[in-house]
Amino acid sequence: MPELPPIVEFRQVSKSFGEARAVDAVSFAVRPGEFFSLLGPSGCGKTTTLRLLAGFETPDDDGGEVRIDGEVVNRRRPYERRIGMVFQSYALFPHLSVERNVAFGLEEHRIPPTEIPGRVERAPGLVRLAPATYARRKPHQLSGGQRQRVALARALVLEPTILLLDEPLGALDLKLRKEMQLELKTLNRQLGMTFIYVTHDQEEALAMSDRIAVMSAARVAQLGTPAEIYENPRTEFVAQFIGEANLFGGVAGRAGGGAGGLRPILQADGRDLLVPDHPGLREGTEVRIAVRPEWLDLCAPGEVPPGENALPGTVGDVIYLGETMHVVVTLAAGARVRVALRNEGQLLNPLRWTRGDAVMVAWRPEDCQVLEPA
Amino acid sequence: MSIRRRLLGFFARRPAAGAWALLGPGLLWLLLFFAIPLAVLIGYSVLHRGTYGGVSPGFTLEHYRRFSDPIYLAVAARTLRIALATTGLCLLLGYPVAYVIARAGRWRNALLFLVILPFWTSFLVRTYAMIVLLRTGGVINSVLMGLGVTGAPLDLLYTPGAVVAGLVYGYLPFMILPIYASLERLDLDLLDAAEALGARAWSRFRRVTLPLSLPGVAAGSLLVFIPALGAFLTPDLLGGAKTMMLGNLVQNQFGPARNWPFGSAVSFALMVVVFAGLMVWLRVRDAEGEA
Repeated sequence: MPELPPIVEFRQVSKSFGEARAVDAVSFAVRPGEFFSLLGPSGCGKTTTLRLLAGFETPDDDGGEVRIDGEVVNRRRPYERRIGMVFQSYALFPHLSVERNVAFGLEEHRIPPTEIPGRVERAPGLVRLAPATYARRKPHQLSGGQRQRVALARALVLEPTILLLDEPLGALDLKLRKEMQLELKTLNRQLGMTFIYVTHDQEEALAMSDRIAVMSAARVAQLGTPAEIYENPRTEFVAQFIGEANLFGGVAGRAGGGAGGLRPILQADGRDLLVPDHPGLREGTEVRIAVRPEWLDLCAPGEVPPGENALPGTVGDVIYLGETMHVVVTLAAGARVRVALRNEGQLLNPLRWTRGDAVMVAWRPEDCQVLEPA
Repeated sequence: MSIRRRLLGFFARRPAAGAWALLGPGLLWLLLFFAIPLAVLIGYSVLHRGTYGGVSPGFTLEHYRRFSDPIYLAVAARTLRIALATTGLCLLLGYPVAYVIARAGRWRNALLFLVILPFWTSFLVRTYAMIVLLRTGGVINSVLMGLGVTGAPLDLLYTPGAVVAGLVYGYLPFMILPIYASLERLDLDLLDAAEALGARAWSRFRRVTLPLSLPGVAAGSLLVFIPALGAFLTPDLLGGAKTMMLGNLVQNQFGPARNWPFGSAVSFALMVVVFAGLMVWLRVRDAEGEA
């Protein structure tokens, strides 16, 4: 199947505010119908990236190209871009009723007045908002969840090709947020509309997105599917920002120093850890690796399965998280690691480790990610 | 137990007493200097005129009936026209200024300071400055004649226009500040949302900015219109004898004309009209708010 041309494309896009670079040579392409997330901590440039796409900001003069449907739109105003936008603050017009809010865009687009009521009536159905109940209310008479549904309906009623969402669920409580996540995902699939979603919540991005661009310090740190990002984080930043990661470091040993394409990494205390060989590894250079808590296991000293990496330590806090148990282990070398164990039921089948136990933290050599130098 | 602790305990047990303690001084002040004089004023307005000022006993409504005299109706109509013109002009001049200040970023405080700067000199001095500008041999006429725009000096001073100019100058900050406050509170996301929905600049102003700044416009208009209705100093100095307003009429009745009851009746009638207008306006506004 031939790949469709991208609906949105950033080519080396930069945007500065005074001296500060908010977006620095960012490139990515979004496929039609995709649920694409821009994920990063506050100040990483994700919102500016979205605003560049929306047309509220213009790239620097030599700041690359923003393309929509193949056309360069750098200088086009938002109303010339066929985009819809949903804001964290909802941005509903407080002086207009729900109905008039939804009709606003249709009126601005000179839709024949005879068509408007019908479209306004149908739109709230998309976002599961009973039209009759809310039509005449003002935004301040609605709950947060209802407001965000109205904001969605207001954007969707124009049938944009791209819907931009700037932390739209940020102001909602957890339960409602989870519910809306599912609904947004369903909407994206049903309408076939491209969704571009800005969030700082990594769980949310993992749960909803087809692909994620993780941003850090005005750049894209990594771009990929949720599984790629979580299981193959390329940098320390990505490893730590998405999910939890235990980091180990050492000096790369000789290629082929371990069996089956593994390479040893020499630790400060003289132990070797085996890692999958990686083209970026050169003998004698510093290496950092990330190991997810659930990739680790705990064994009694002397029970380490053959061929696994193992580091000695002492059990510290045991944290009950429902699905999993997190065990914090202080390694002999001083670092602390988190080990996630499946919860087999603490009442019938309790964990065999308690605070103070001497343990080995073990993992299979292929269950780790070699990080690129930052 | 110290007195301080006892006092605090007393108010902690009786929240209403705390509220009264805070309201008390202000209420007392209003009672002494507003409610009582107002009652006296109303009383005077239905008594007979005293020969040398003051009042003499006996109930009458003749002072209210005097309004039907065309002379006084003309004064009332002129007062209304001047107050409306002042309010309208303040709005036209003040709204753009407030808009620019609200969007001025780090210059905002400096610009606000400039707006209130005229308050640092007395209103009287500023009104005299207007005379210097407007009079026959004044600054404006000299410039116009110097440029050859006009051959003979224009009659600028002692006209209704001069009164409006003086009032606009005096009250403009009262229009700018509330409009600024409402514009400054405006959530800029709303303008972005409107733009994403297809609204161009004018449409965004007309459909979002303007309606959301109307409370400021209303407050500013009241703050200008009401004192303009009662103005007497500005029309006295800039309007001359031909441009008498209700304020001058009242002043005159308590002064040279020595007709205190009539002066009281004019004052009270003006107050009732302003108050009634305000009530109607509030009703209309609340009704719109619920629609």
